[in-house]
Amino acid sequence: MSDSEARDVVGEYEAGWHDPETSTVRFDAGLSEQVVRDISELKNEPEWMTDIRVKAFHHFMKQPMPSWGNLEILNNIDFEAITYFLRSGNKTENDWDDVPEDIKRTFDRLGIPDAEQKWLGGVTAQYESEAVYHSIREDLEAQGVIFLDMDSGLKEHEDLVKEYFCKVVPYQDNKFSALNTAVWSGGSFIYVPKGVKVEMPVQAYFRINAKNMGQFERTLIIADEGSSIHYVEGCTAPTYSTESLHSAVVELIAHKDAHIRYSTVQNWSNNVYNLVTKRAIAHKNATVEWVDGNIGSKLTMKYPAVILKGEGSHAEVISVAYAGQGQHQDAGAKVHHLARNTTSKILSKSISKDGGRGSYRGMVTVAKKAENCKVNVVCDALILDEDSQSDTYPTMEISNPTCRSEHEASVSKVSDEQLFYLMSRGHTEDESMALIVNGFFEPFTRELPMEYAVELNKLMALEMEGSIG
Amino acid sequence: MSGEGVVEIRNLHVSIGDEAILNGIDLTMKKGEIHALMGRNGSGKSTLAKVLMGHPEYEVTEGSVTIDGEDILSLEPWERARLGVFLSFQYPQSVPGLQVGNFLRKSVAAIRGDNTPKAREFRKELKTCMDLLDVDKKFLGRYVNDGFSGGEKKRLEILQLMLLKPQLAVLDETDSGLDIDALRTVATGINSSVGNAACLIITHYQRILDHVNPDYVHVIVDGKIVASGGPELALKLEDKGYEWLGEERVAA
Repeated sequence: MSDSEARDVVGEYEAGWHDPETSTVRFDAGLSEQVVRDISELKNEPEWMTDIRVKAFHHFMKQPMPSWGNLEILNNIDFEAITYFLRSGNKTENDWDDVPEDIKRTFDRLGIPDAEQKWLGGVTAQYESEAVYHSIREDLEAQGVIFLDMDSGLKEHEDLVKEYFCKVVPYQDNKFSALNTAVWSGGSFIYVPKGVKVEMPVQAYFRINAKNMGQFERTLIIADEGSSIHYVEGCTAPTYSTESLHSAVVELIAHKDAHIRYSTVQNWSNNVYNLVTKRAIAHKNATVEWVDGNIGSKLTMKYPAVILKGEGSHAEVISVAYAGQGQHQDAGAKVHHLARNTTSKILSKSISKDGGRGSYRGMVTVAKKAENCKVNVVCDALILDEDSQSDTYPTMEISNPTCRSEHEASVSKVSDEQLFYLMSRGHTEDESMALIVNGFFEPFTRELPMEYAVELNKLMALEMEGSIG
Repeated sequence: MSGEGVVEIRNLHVSIGDEAILNGIDLTMKKGEIHALMGRNGSGKSTLAKVLMGHPEYEVTEGSVTIDGEDILSLEPWERARLGVFLSFQYPQSVPGLQVGNFLRKSVAAIRGDNTPKAREFRKELKTCMDLLDVDKKFLGRYVNDGFSGGEKKRLEILQLMLLKPQLAVLDETDSGLDIDALRTVATGINSSVGNAACLIITHYQRILDHVNPDYVHVIVDGKIVASGGPELALKLEDKGYEWLGEERVAA
């Protein structure tokens, strides 16, 4: 299949264009210790980082592929066909006018500079392996907030990075966290000082443009005592007939009384494997919220996790997944209650359509000594046609009898009567379906900044076009 | 909507599967007229309501329905809605996550098209209608029919009737499940919007007709209109039941 045929099959993916590749550094496809060392050397990294990378690389090579999940798709990944590093600009700019013209045009089309002016506290824009643009509002900088791309974070705040890097997600955690640690490039580094509340969200935008590209961003967010931050990320890629790999690792540390909210709307094209490890540690009375939207990709495996380490800490994981033709969204959440009086809430919603498959995979554990915990899990699936599939794999291991836990699951289908009712109010069949679908996602969209919610609804309306035949 | 607003139903035959449900309905309605269609359960009255709106389950085997001479049977439900057909559902469907306010705004935009009021005017219009129906502002933030009481569902139907300004309003058992106060409120809403529409009130009982005065009353038995008359016909039905109609038919 050619790329243009691939685009025909995929249909209405809005962000599916690609620009000519204008790389300044491009590694040959394939992975070896030398590639790992070259990446580190190119970035002029301290030795300890090179060492971790190399160790992680060997762990990755040793580690078998996961034995669960969609093995048919997973085992198709050709690690040798992937390009592990591609540099597009010469440096990270802080003025859009200095960003290479065609790359700037891409982000213009995605509406990033516009959003930045209107409602964001800071923006980092990553193109292939590295950030091409980065900026933060002066008032935040004056309060000591650090918001950098991860490469600059390592250069400018090596001590902080060394203290926290790989501590929440060790490279040994799983095969893909090992891969990410070995070849990571880009991502965000954020430190919010004690007591500083960042009111406006900060955003990172990830774009893959080249074919057979591997993007391995690494994000580390540290919210010091009593601080708060809302981080939003978006992702798109062109539609190609060959696959790209996106494998990120995100580590969050919420210190005492801190609040981190991490929102994602992932809209990768349907030729991207999206295998991501996201995990947070919440200390005493801290709150961590993952708001996670999965619309695109061929296969997503992502289970944002929170370790409730401190007494009274709270976790919230709200996720939606849309699985269309040829897509499998294997998403969910993990929460570990290690301390007493900790609470968690998981809400998962999935829609499958045109033969797509949506899976909820969740795990909640409550440790023996964790008294008075509260656990609430709700997962709802909506199936739009006979060819599509939904499954759930919930696991709860509760080792303390004082825990109060609730679990609800539902699977529903759109009824003809519901469609008829909406059509009788002047809405076409597609529009009616979009109203039902957006309604189903509403508990998720209302958690997003308004601009994102509008965008997500538009995206879903587009996915519903021609959905009834 | 402008136009004469003449609705003509001619020799309408409808089946579902192999079963014939409507066996030749003839009815002419004009703008501003209120027609009551009365009949027992299973007489075909709700089928007529759904067929007028274009429910895909029913097959029209014969006959026609036109508005100002334009055939509507070949149109999809949303096209009929945009042309000015409105159905107040006996069992309105819930749409979890879709807020009433948002739904009303979108429906008004879809149906009234170029004549859609601007945001401010719309809010004003909405408030007037809601006040009349005794509906609280909080209503707008709730999800469409989700967890609504019977009375709330019917109020939402009539609120839509008022905002969508149809040429043909079909009200299917709008009175069922309403207490007397709710019935009175809902009737006020209906009366306020029927001036510009031909209105077909489908009902089991006479009681809604105490509040919405029909110009004509029709009785449907076995998918056919067997008697038509003025308001006195409804009273007679209330008094004597439907039995005598069967007898008269046999006698004739």
